[in-house]
Amino acid sequence: MVALPPRERSQLRCCGASGCRSAGAGPLLAALRAAAAAGVAGEPSAIAALTTAEPGSGLEVRSVGCLRLCGQGPLVAWDGPEGTRLFGGLPPEGAAALVAQARGLAPIPLQAEPALAGHRLDLEQPFFRLQRPLVLEGCGIVDPERIEEAIAHGGYAQLRRVLQELSPEQVREQVRRSGLRGRGGGGYPTGLKWDTVALQPPGRRYVVCNADEGDPGAFMDRSVLEGDPHRLLEGMAIAAYAVGADHGYVYVRAEYPLAIERLRLALQQARHQGLLGQGIAGSSFNLELEVRVGAGAYVCGEETALLHSIQGQRGTPRSRPPYPAQAGLWGAPTLINNVETLAAVPVILRQGGDWYAAIGSDKSRGTKVFSLSGAIRHTGLVEVPMGTSLRTVVEIMGGGDPDGGAVKAVQTGGPSGGCIPAALLDTPVDFESLLALGSMMGSGGMVVIGQGTAMPEVARHFMAFSVNESCGKCVPCRAGTVQLLALLDRCVERRATAADLEALEALCAMVKATSLCGLGQAAPNPVLSTLRHFRQEYGAVPGAGP
Amino acid sequence: MSVITLQVDGHDVAVPAGSTLLQAIQAAGLSVPTLCHLDGLDPVAACRLCLVEVEGSQRLLPACASEATEGQVIHTDTAQLQGYRRMAVELFFAEGNHVCAFCVANGDCELQDVAVAVGMDHSRFPYQDPQRSVDASHPRFSLDHNRCILCTRCVRVCDQIEGAHVWDVAERGSDCRIVAGLDQPWGEVDACTSCGKCVDVCPTGALFAKENTTAEKHPHPERAHQLRRAREQQQWIR
Repeated sequence: MVALPPRERSQLRCCGASGCRSAGAGPLLAALRAAAAAGVAGEPSAIAALTTAEPGSGLEVRSVGCLRLCGQGPLVAWDGPEGTRLFGGLPPEGAAALVAQARGLAPIPLQAEPALAGHRLDLEQPFFRLQRPLVLEGCGIVDPERIEEAIAHGGYAQLRRVLQELSPEQVREQVRRSGLRGRGGGGYPTGLKWDTVALQPPGRRYVVCNADEGDPGAFMDRSVLEGDPHRLLEGMAIAAYAVGADHGYVYVRAEYPLAIERLRLALQQARHQGLLGQGIAGSSFNLELEVRVGAGAYVCGEETALLHSIQGQRGTPRSRPPYPAQAGLWGAPTLINNVETLAAVPVILRQGGDWYAAIGSDKSRGTKVFSLSGAIRHTGLVEVPMGTSLRTVVEIMGGGDPDGGAVKAVQTGGPSGGCIPAALLDTPVDFESLLALGSMMGSGGMVVIGQGTAMPEVARHFMAFSVNESCGKCVPCRAGTVQLLALLDRCVERRATAADLEALEALCAMVKATSLCGLGQAAPNPVLSTLRHFRQEYGAVPGAGP
Repeated sequence: MSVITLQVDGHDVAVPAGSTLLQAIQAAGLSVPTLCHLDGLDPVAACRLCLVEVEGSQRLLPACASEATEGQVIHTDTAQLQGYRRMAVELFFAEGNHVCAFCVANGDCELQDVAVAVGMDHSRFPYQDPQRSVDASHPRFSLDHNRCILCTRCVRVCDQIEGAHVWDVAERGSDCRIVAGLDQPWGEVDACTSCGKCVDVCPTGALFAKENTTAEKHPHPERAHQLRRAREQQQWIR
């Protein structure tokens, strides 16, 4: 959540997530802290320290998780008696002016402050107003490196309650009732998966969090890991209790160093507080969690490849069944859920499954986090109820094309998804509707495509990604994607014949139907969906050679 | 022993519970093409040639790695499957450098047999002509990567039967290749016992004995199964 209720004592929240960091949040945070410690306009620091100690006049500068509007970073929120004001793109030189304003010591009113002019962002705009933060409810409020803040914000309260008051079956009952479905892209009913693991014959079980977020343009899970890691750990611990696991792994891609650092710190803090380890929160429940770091393979986001990787083996998928819920890590029943799925669990238990199920659409309940990027005015992170239309997300919240032109298409689901043309933007965002259009929900990356982009090029871009990321185990994916890429080259260069297009479609069908895992099975989707909605752009050249 | 019954291409067949679809197909007196599968080795379902249609399921199932279940109705040779198999074989030919005319395995090559079985007289996909090498560092055998189809039979027989795990796969996608030891010349790998099982089970001319020239390789893929049966069931007679 970005806007907070008015508060007596001002505070500054500076975004410390990867996006804002790369835009200069580090120096800005340092400048804000220095200004807050030193006071303004050369005020001696001793006096400043005195002032800080006085209630009502002190100013706390905190580092928090993602404040959503990543494209305008670095972002700083000032919460004070007037409510929250948000600033974007502030250079470190503007820090002193903002601190002076926040402490009420500025000689000129906020509107007249030249250092802040042009940096103020409107919190009433639809991008913020239409958000419904559940998974992200603590993201941007708590300091992800301080477990005390997570706890003060309600963190681990549901874990404690569950361990004292509910049986594992009662926990699963709430998750079933919530209608929660896997947020990694597949949309498998979470409650059913938990039941399948829990009801296996007695013995060891594992819980695994898939944080190998690899789709181009997807940064939802990273934001949770960087912004509110304790929420994920709480969700994982509840999941482990519900299925009877006492050991678990968070599998994070190596390309997320900040997320890994904060996750490791969070694990250490949780163990120290007795919220992980032996006899959690005074109960008889034990849980050890470990971080496993990927080695740069997209395919390791596929669950069986991910399990091989955790076991120290080559990250290649295997044929299912048996599903990991039956035989996963070292042959034991294993629950694998995505970051966002697990991070939704604490709020489901707090508010009840029925409450959660009342949000969203008929078959897709709750909220979904999307990362907006591409040809769009507002690049960033949004959490909206399922069933919100693509138009609302892309045009109303995202502000549409940055140059005022019309949006051409929206790519969802990364290399496994497809492109939805602007004419179909009124489609509600839910699992079934997107599948029906030849795309898929995917993990939540939305890349907006402007008028200047040719769709065969988009398809070729994603096919090149699949060629690079194929593990090479099965022939349709290993060799088929290479041939598809060559055919797409001809399309992009506008020398494809009718026979080439026929070959393209036939090979797409073959790779889709015969590949071993989801990566290969979905690799043709960007081609098939652009052929379906933008066929004219592939236009076969009548006179071109064979 | 409990038995399950299912239908394969219109034939009713009964097999012991736990059998694979491939075993059920064979029990019905039928066959599907296979390349990576080999009796005696754990299945990997990588070549995708044995995919079959199962009524009531949208997904195609690899017969080698799928357990037969009661009442299943299987189709092994539909027009769709024929089309996919032919394309898969074409992809195999186009991704490597397969020149039967002067290959050690000519006439006794499973890739060649499969090409004949699916009616592949030419590849509609352009040949990729990859630059690949030959490892002739072993005193008795050679590995010609040009002819490798990455079925991983050598990897599995060395690991699961010989227990030496000399072979594995390196890189990914179309860069994948079989490596010996820690990506060393084969002849320098101390773990290799020179037993020759990898050569026996290789479906193509990728692994061969040095004394063999064109069309002189006659492999023994049945040995994996014989050895496993001998060890696990104490049946020592062929």
